Amino acid sequence: MSQPSSEVMIEARAVEKWYPNGFQALRGASLTVRRGEVVVIMGPSGSGKSTFIRTFNALEDFQKGSITVDGIVLSDDLRNIDAVRREVGMVFQQFNLFPHLSVLDNLTLAPVLVRKRPKAEVEKQAWALLERVGIAEQAGKYPGQLSGGQQQRVAIARALCMEPRILLFDEPTSALDPEMVREVLEVMQNLADDDITMVVVTHEVKFARHVAHRVVLMADGEVVEEAEPEVFFTNPSHERTRRFLNQIL
Amino acid sequence: MKPVLRRLRAELFATPADAVLSTGLIAVLSLAAFGFLRWAFTQAQWAVIRVNSTLFAVGRYPVEEQWRLWLLLWLLFAATGLSWGVLRSHPRPDRSGVLWPRNDRIAATLLVVLGLWRPAAMGLSLSIQARWWGLVALLLLVRWLAGRFGPRFGPLGLRLVALMWPVLYLVGMVLISGGLGLVAVSPSEWGGLLLTLLASSFAILLCFPIGVLLALGRRSDLPLLRWGSVLYIEFIRGAPLITLLFLGQNILGFLLPGGLAPDRIWRAAWVLTFFAAAYLAEAVRSGLAAVPRGQLEAARSLGLSYPKALQHVVLPQALRVALPAMVGQFISLLQDTTLLSLIGLLELLGTARTVMANPAFLGKNAEVYLTLAVLFWCCCAALGLGSRALERRLDPHAVPSAT
Repeated sequence: MSQPSSEVMIEARAVEKWYPNGFQALRGASLTVRRGEVVVIMGPSGSGKSTFIRTFNALEDFQKGSITVDGIVLSDDLRNIDAVRREVGMVFQQFNLFPHLSVLDNLTLAPVLVRKRPKAEVEKQAWALLERVGIAEQAGKYPGQLSGGQQQRVAIARALCMEPRILLFDEPTSALDPEMVREVLEVMQNLADDDITMVVVTHEVKFARHVAHRVVLMADGEVVEEAEPEVFFTNPSHERTRRFLNQIL
Repeated sequence: MKPVLRRLRAELFATPADAVLSTGLIAVLSLAAFGFLRWAFTQAQWAVIRVNSTLFAVGRYPVEEQWRLWLLLWLLFAATGLSWGVLRSHPRPDRSGVLWPRNDRIAATLLVVLGLWRPAAMGLSLSIQARWWGLVALLLLVRWLAGRFGPRFGPLGLRLVALMWPVLYLVGMVLISGGLGLVAVSPSEWGGLLLTLLASSFAILLCFPIGVLLALGRRSDLPLLRWGSVLYIEFIRGAPLITLLFLGQNILGFLLPGGLAPDRIWRAAWVLTFFAAAYLAEAVRSGLAAVPRGQLEAARSLGLSYPKALQHVVLPQALRVALPAMVGQFISLLQDTTLLSLIGLLELLGTARTVMANPAFLGKNAEVYLTLAVLFWCCCAALGLGSRALERRLDPHAVPSAT
């Protein structure tokens, strides 16, 4: 496993978020992620972990605190938001592939439209990425013709095609049948070895243990515990973490 | 027993009750069909259609300028053949590209039969009959050429075809109304099928973008835009088209100074457009609601701006879902053009009424109305078939067809 550098990629400080109905989803959550680091966020459902990582690429807004991504301060400035989204890729629980486009076009759409790169060049890169996630032979098919595991691998390749410096994973394996979880986790592990910065919300303990540099527990909109995987799973310092681990292990 | 007979027996005469019901229905249907055919071939006097065929087709369009309409017809047939062939030679990446699938062979045969028989049955002069044969031959020839050589042009061919139709529409407008060196033919001289198709195509083309904008406005976060759209849609949908048509004829005249008020026909066409846009907006809105939220989020997270995400991700999916409802709107719009006859315009129904008022053709209502019904049915069937083909082509879940 490669070691993260000291350069800070994501700096979230005391982030608070209320939904319009008054519910407070984040209550001062803080997290620092360094370049090349793989951080796994765990926690009970409703703890705000998805909401938290969705603030990192401005899919969710927040009312208090500050977030800096790759040196760009997230604010209401739309130009900043577009700049951040170009640097941050996201993989969703429900894949969210574009069903009306072929697999290849799913990958090339954003690089051509946003980065204005020539189509032929992007297609070459897309083929290489599909090769890397092991589904090059499906390039001409449509997402609806693929299995869940294949779709999620396409989604990862699609995010990578924008050449992001950070990848966010929002429960990437939760919607998959058990036998397809492994193929997706393997792809993610390969990425981790390539020192791309990754923040992963997941319940996969094995992945957290073997791939993460750091594991974070969120509960009630706050970061409760942050530790190396060994410490996190064997000797956590907080009672809340112990209770959570008792429930899932 | 032969399989056909066995199947007939299983489907029609399975039980005694089925047998009685089937026999009764067959008897009623054959009686009706027999009566209709006897009327159509022995009693009906189709002279009223034959003599007035030009009137039904183009109204009182000046005879010496009618070559322009023929030219437009040639262009339209060539463009149809070209699009047909190019589309067939560019199948979707996951489809097998058969150049002449069975349905295309049937359509081609049907075209030839209609093209040879119909003009003769109408008793048109030989030179005009020959023109129709030429038109059909041109369509099939271009279809064959485009299918054969289309692949050479690559995706450029598809883009050219998409560009050709709007250009052709503008060219058609110039040919029909004059200008650019052609003698002007005022809209009051247009009529018949020409006017019906012109008014409805104008309204269909323009109500589409307006309807999409209204649907987006209704879902917008900006209150002014949202309430404006809601107010417009609900007001238009709450008023009968005929009142709006009368309103349009009167109000536009008062509102705008004399020279600026568009001609009566254009006023009516604009009213049709704005009317249809309100209904179309609701169809598009249902399509937008069917696209999962995650689609926009995925597009945005890839860095696409909101308009780009709409254009490339959300709208293509929403419009495909809304397509059947939208085409339903277009079909009723086409039929609504008959209301123009009530404000004194001579579209198909208006022309028909003037023909029936002619003492020479008194009492020939059945022939005229039947012809009208068939003409409208053909136009609507074309719209419906086209939309279903488009739906299949755009449907990412459709099983690739082998034939």
